[in-house]
Amino acid sequence: MSDSNDIVLEARNITKAFPGVKALDDVHLTLRRGRLTALLGENGAGKSTLMSILAGAQSPDSGTLRVGGREVRFANPREARDAGIAMIHQELSLVPILTVAENIYLGSEPLTRLGLLDSEAMNRQAVRLLKQLDLDVPPDAPVETLRVGEQQVVEIARALSGQARVIIMDEPTSALSEHEIEVLQELILDLKRRGVALAYATHKLEELDRIADDATVMRDGRVAGEAPFQDLTREQIVRWMVGRDLGGLYARTPTPLGDVALRATGVSLRHPERSGDWLLRDISFTVRHGEVLGIFGLMGAGRTELLEVLFGLHPAAVSGEIQMGGRPVHITSPAAAIAHGLALAPEDRKREGLMLEMSVAENTSLASLLQVTQFGWVCDRAERQHVQRFLERFRVKTPSLERRIRDLSGGNQQKVILVKWLATRPAVLLLDEPTRGIDVNAKREIYQLLDELTAEGLAVVLVSSELPEILAMADRVVVLCEGRQTAELSRAEASSERLMQAALPPGKEAA
Amino acid sequence: MNRTCPRGRQWLARSQSLIALALMVLVMSLLSDKFLTPENGWNILRQISVNLCLSIGMTLIILSGGIDLSVGAILALAGAVAAGLLKHGLALPRFDLLLQFTLFGAMLAGVLVGVACGWFNGFVITRFKLPPFVVTLGMFSIARGLTMLWTGGFPITGLGPGFGFLGTGILLGVPMPVWITAVLVAVFVLVTRKTPLGRYLYAVGGNERAALLTGLNVKRVKLLAYTLGGGLAGIAGLMVTARLDSAQPNAGLGYELDSIAAVVIGGTSLSGGRGSVLGTVLGCLIIGALNNSLFLLNVSPFWQQVVKGFVILAAVAIDKMHSRNP
Repeated sequence: MSDSNDIVLEARNITKAFPGVKALDDVHLTLRRGRLTALLGENGAGKSTLMSILAGAQSPDSGTLRVGGREVRFANPREARDAGIAMIHQELSLVPILTVAENIYLGSEPLTRLGLLDSEAMNRQAVRLLKQLDLDVPPDAPVETLRVGEQQVVEIARALSGQARVIIMDEPTSALSEHEIEVLQELILDLKRRGVALAYATHKLEELDRIADDATVMRDGRVAGEAPFQDLTREQIVRWMVGRDLGGLYARTPTPLGDVALRATGVSLRHPERSGDWLLRDISFTVRHGEVLGIFGLMGAGRTELLEVLFGLHPAAVSGEIQMGGRPVHITSPAAAIAHGLALAPEDRKREGLMLEMSVAENTSLASLLQVTQFGWVCDRAERQHVQRFLERFRVKTPSLERRIRDLSGGNQQKVILVKWLATRPAVLLLDEPTRGIDVNAKREIYQLLDELTAEGLAVVLVSSELPEILAMADRVVVLCEGRQTAELSRAEASSERLMQAALPPGKEAA
Repeated sequence: MNRTCPRGRQWLARSQSLIALALMVLVMSLLSDKFLTPENGWNILRQISVNLCLSIGMTLIILSGGIDLSVGAILALAGAVAAGLLKHGLALPRFDLLLQFTLFGAMLAGVLVGVACGWFNGFVITRFKLPPFVVTLGMFSIARGLTMLWTGGFPITGLGPGFGFLGTGILLGVPMPVWITAVLVAVFVLVTRKTPLGRYLYAVGGNERAALLTGLNVKRVKLLAYTLGGGLAGIAGLMVTARLDSAQPNAGLGYELDSIAAVVIGGTSLSGGRGSVLGTVLGCLIIGALNNSLFLLNVSPFWQQVVKGFVILAAVAIDKMHSRNP
């Protein structure tokens, strides 16, 4: 490749651990002048952590960062920005009511000699910058009046205003239309011509054909492979993304299947803001008693939305039919979903699943509190017995029932959520990423639990972005891609490659 | 990972207001020989009973993750309505009718006015997803305005001994306001600790999204909290009116802030989901004892306000330290 003078940013031996998970393990990444490095990998492979370390939002446990050959340590994003590294986030981070120019210079506003804001100079500089970026908006227009694509360009302008030598983009196109993506790509090509080094994380391989020079593929917090992008085939990328050993983690015993527990026919979900756009389009599947149906897809495929639809969280925007136990049902709220025998363990445990201030017992009994209520009073003894029985059966480890749930490990917290639902005796259990961020032992126990429960006739819908989990646990897999159903595979048909092929949006074809 | 002694820390966190109160009593009994006497004790209890009655409702609302700035205004309206109905009845000129109210009927109507105002708060907040701060600020103005319209700006006086008994009567050696408030405390301690509604209040305030996903009727829980808060403000309105034997149009001015202060000093988190009715009882006692002490020490009432402000700040700061490092 090119000589070492071209290296703008170099990360070596970067390691970062979170409680229970090693997010990055001895990772290295090199960004070169005028080249774009694509960062690829499954959800949870470590891309986002790596990027936030480069941008100064997190600091590594060990390893070194060099910018222009000099070793650096960033205490915060501002220091990274001062060193010429700018990050563009997946979600826009502009202040809607401020103007274009105010957003671009937020935190580094030009001042007059008296120390007041020099808005004239700011607008003048902004106009010059916007012209370079070919964006025709007045600098004093509030950002909220701009289209999403234009806002994305304003973010880039902000990155460039600090004379960025390195720009890091995390899924920058997830909110853009096709035309806006084209504009962004032109911009990226121009940045490369001007010598800016770029890192670009995405799931959409087709976007990379025009712009990528190098590719780094990550898996399980390590670099699985790297090569010049043009030398890579789609197959090679997929192999790097998924290849790994499974170990004795999973337990799935074949169970005889019962009747259909849940049937979805032509389920669609309208986009809440963009009319005519769909978050889910025409999804159909069935789950039988005793069966684990896997739903696989990448970020933004609509996995979580599908579970939310089933659980009655978007009653106004849904079309299609849902049947439970052979009868059509109309589910308009979570309470109604629960009454019909559904249960949902959400993806974000802390934000959506737990009352962190409440005790283990209170969290466990919350969904089935009326079972231990007599004449309007919660009966303490009945509640303790009720809770204890379930917690013991599912081997939840807690010092006491009164201990606050926030003190438990992630794995035990997740088990409490499962137990909470099992106490309502559901027919269908909806699981959204049930093992994210928990340690291997707890994972194994949760898989075992699912195996036991399905043997007793529970139907499970398992949403996961972890291929091995889906492959090992699901009896059948439905693959989603950008809100559409792109494959339905039996256990025998499913393989990493086939799932990933179906999950990746169409793009780079086999070379 | 500060987990050396979670039980001890929790106990300390839970008992901070108790310790503060004990210290205050100890210091005051040394500074003034009038403080630790039975008369003064009853005096304090009688003085705090109105604030405590309001603060029970405020606790429910704050536990559910909300706030209510209108309780003082609702108190005034409820008291005025009860007094007006008892004294003048309700004239319906269109039907050429004058409805006369018995003592009980007038009091019930006063409480129902409070219930209706609280329900309206809760309805607007849950139906239109508006911030409680703004909605109850609106109700504050509405109820104040209605009170002025109803009374014409003049106090309604001369309500008779029946009504007055509620404020100044003594039953089995205990003043009536203290009886009423004690019963309410007992009821709502049980409601918050022993009923599904109580559990749901904590759940909704602790994590509204998770409560929704657990199938709780979040809107109904909030609606109930505001309705109960309004009803309790109505009862407090009767007590104030009975005590003065007069419904003052600007009764309860600033009471909402005293009540929020009591709840916060009692260790209930303003962000919801954490706290207790018993804590609020302690909060009210602390404020009451503080006011009483400063009065006995001949400190100017203006200084009393300043001191109260610092106590509130200290309570919130201590609470913050506990919740940051649980």
